[in-house]
Amino acid sequence: MSVLTLTVDGIEVAVPAGSTLLAAVRAADAELPTLCHLDGLTPVAACRLCLVEVEGSGKLQPACATAAVEGVVIQTQTPQLREYRRMAVELFFAEGNHVCAFCVANGACELQDVAVAVGMDHSRFPYQYPQRQVDASHPLFALDHHRCILCTRCVRVCDEIEGAHVWDVAHRGAECQIIAGLDQPWGEVEACTNCGKCVDVCPTGALFDKDDTTAEKQPHRERPALLRRARDQQHWQNQ
Amino acid sequence: MTAPQSLQLRCCDASGCRSAGAGALHAALLQARDQLGGAAEGVAIKPVGCLRLCGRGPLVALDRPGSGGIYAGLTPEQAPELLAVAAGLSHGLADQRLGPDHPFFALQQPVVLEGCGRVDPTSIDDALAMGTYGQLQRVLAECTPEQVREQVKRSGLRGRGGAGYPTGLKWDTVALQPAGLRYVVCNADEGDPGAFMDRSVLESDPHRLIEGLAIAAYAVGAQQGYVYVRAEYPLAIERLQLALKQARARGLLGAGIAGSSFNLRLEVRVGAGAYVCGEETALLASIQGQRGTPRPRPPFPAQSGLWGHPTLINNVETLAAIPAIIREGGDWYGAMGTAGSKGTKVFALSGAVANTGLVEVPMGTSLRTVVLTIGGGVPGGEGPDGGVKAVQTGGPSGGCIPAALLDTPVDYESLRQLGSMMGSGGMVVMGESTAMPAVARHFMRFSVAESCGKCVPCRAGTVQLLELLDRFAEHRASLADLERLEQLCGMVQATSLCGLGQAAPNPVLSTLRHFRQEYQAACRAPQLCEPLTSCSLEAKGP
Repeated sequence: MSVLTLTVDGIEVAVPAGSTLLAAVRAADAELPTLCHLDGLTPVAACRLCLVEVEGSGKLQPACATAAVEGVVIQTQTPQLREYRRMAVELFFAEGNHVCAFCVANGACELQDVAVAVGMDHSRFPYQYPQRQVDASHPLFALDHHRCILCTRCVRVCDEIEGAHVWDVAHRGAECQIIAGLDQPWGEVEACTNCGKCVDVCPTGALFDKDDTTAEKQPHRERPALLRRARDQQHWQNQ
Repeated sequence: MTAPQSLQLRCCDASGCRSAGAGALHAALLQARDQLGGAAEGVAIKPVGCLRLCGRGPLVALDRPGSGGIYAGLTPEQAPELLAVAAGLSHGLADQRLGPDHPFFALQQPVVLEGCGRVDPTSIDDALAMGTYGQLQRVLAECTPEQVREQVKRSGLRGRGGAGYPTGLKWDTVALQPAGLRYVVCNADEGDPGAFMDRSVLESDPHRLIEGLAIAAYAVGAQQGYVYVRAEYPLAIERLQLALKQARARGLLGAGIAGSSFNLRLEVRVGAGAYVCGEETALLASIQGQRGTPRPRPPFPAQSGLWGHPTLINNVETLAAIPAIIREGGDWYGAMGTAGSKGTKVFALSGAVANTGLVEVPMGTSLRTVVLTIGGGVPGGEGPDGGVKAVQTGGPSGGCIPAALLDTPVDYESLRQLGSMMGSGGMVVMGESTAMPAVARHFMRFSVAESCGKCVPCRAGTVQLLELLDRFAEHRASLADLERLEQLCGMVQATSLCGLGQAAPNPVLSTLRHFRQEYQAACRAPQLCEPLTSCSLEAKGP
């Protein structure tokens, strides 16, 4: 396998050809927050937290969706990037209704983790307090739209790993929301296999197990990567 | 071009004049000709596309040896009089007549619009008589795809959709991909407020676009193409569909075009109202039947577009310029315009301006010429700048250029340097009473409504920008708001996923740059703002 050599924040790293910039950043042990990205799912570059400076390119590039190139030099921690990241996280908090204190994912929430990582102690942008709904029509799980950050992990895991494509995005702009089936109550969508992968990958407390109460959510965000690897390497043919 | 019939009335039948009553006028003219008889019998009455001075419709052009011109603002009751004028029996309607020396027409140089208002858009025979499809047939018989691309490269033509990417280079990139399927796509999802160039081409001369698209397909080796038109253009869609049907029936589309071995299928795809679908990757997703949202580039559509195949996407105006470039040669086209921006550009001139309509001028023409000479300035406006306060170019992605810079040549680089952009060609003139923070708010509202919602800077950042702009427009901003506005504009610009989000702050940034004092005046303690310096947090008001 051919190898690419890159420089991340001054550290030289080697990654296999075909890797993303994010893989190189991780190889350099640099701290780069991500929200929409999840190993095992197709990158969408929507949360903009993993934007990095690529030397010679005028535009910031999303590390999750940009192919690594031999010899490229990237910066992940410039003051400008840190400021943009903090503003992005503030925008996430201000556009939804995120109340950690009684959230099912408190302590196991990636949005919370990212807020700590970027040093966001308050939002400079006024909270929008949007009117959103809760869908508890499914027998096992529930969806609280107030906590949704539209990362579309659920959409992708259901489509790409489970193959059921229960989830999708409807509407536009600030009105965007995740919908089940043809914008039906989740419990009425016959395509749903009750597998719970969407709950496992949700970065926040938007999708959760009905058995869980405040701060009890235990996500399994490595599940898509494990399943994809098993599928790609045909683990089940060993028996 | 054929010689016009000796006596002919060309009646504008495009959207602008239709909404001003062109239908009734046309019917009245036909009726009047029957009633008058005699000399009026010899006057041909032909429906055509846009006659360009849209603000004064309904328009009728009179072709008559020695005299002639365009008659504006006609009523059905004036139909007999107009026929009498056409037949040489009267000299009436003089105050509604605009001669070819009228400044609105005299300085224009039609290339893309050369058939616009001359050809009957519903008749392929008329188009063929005007020479349309002649270049396609010649190219198929005589030229290799490389030779076609060479002419386009020599022309220096750049994408007219807004970004200004060199067209010849894009064609080469698609053509030189590894062998396999290729697609061509015409982007007719013209959505900028104040832009109606592409609609006019589609409504007025659809066969020219089809010819340009077919030449492009031949040049890059595509056998399938799509024209993506927004649903808000029903007349354009109707005429394009008709034109495609006619071209297929004449063997100018389909298998073995004009006796050659070149095949091309063209289909229309109608958008569903999303502005973002004018962004090329969102447009491709929409053609594929998916949600119209952009994706990160690279890979660019030229490498991986429709269903993963190399895809050429060009705007209507770009493709409509191709037949003339092939006919006259790339050097001919490249001789017009400026060093970096060749050829001509069509602008949709509107707003506070005497002559509203479609303007095609060589690149590099000054804004002053376009707005004051051709456009006639602000009605009732006085002073050296004709009452103009600013000119908005590039729609919600562009910016406002102040009257003091009216001598700026209109080309890609000059506009970008001023914090605006060429955009697709919308040009909105603003008079002295216009409040610039309100203008910025207007465009931000548009961006909020049209954000696809995929990435957070555009989805949530534009909402916050709009709230900030509300405070300025309503004169309740604080000094900290001014700083926050600039910071957030910078963040949305630098971090949004697609061009729409990246350009959404431009109307704010350009008005901040050229009209900063208006933002300062909207602060609750404007006296703390030093003239034309940025406000700092330390300078907080009482």
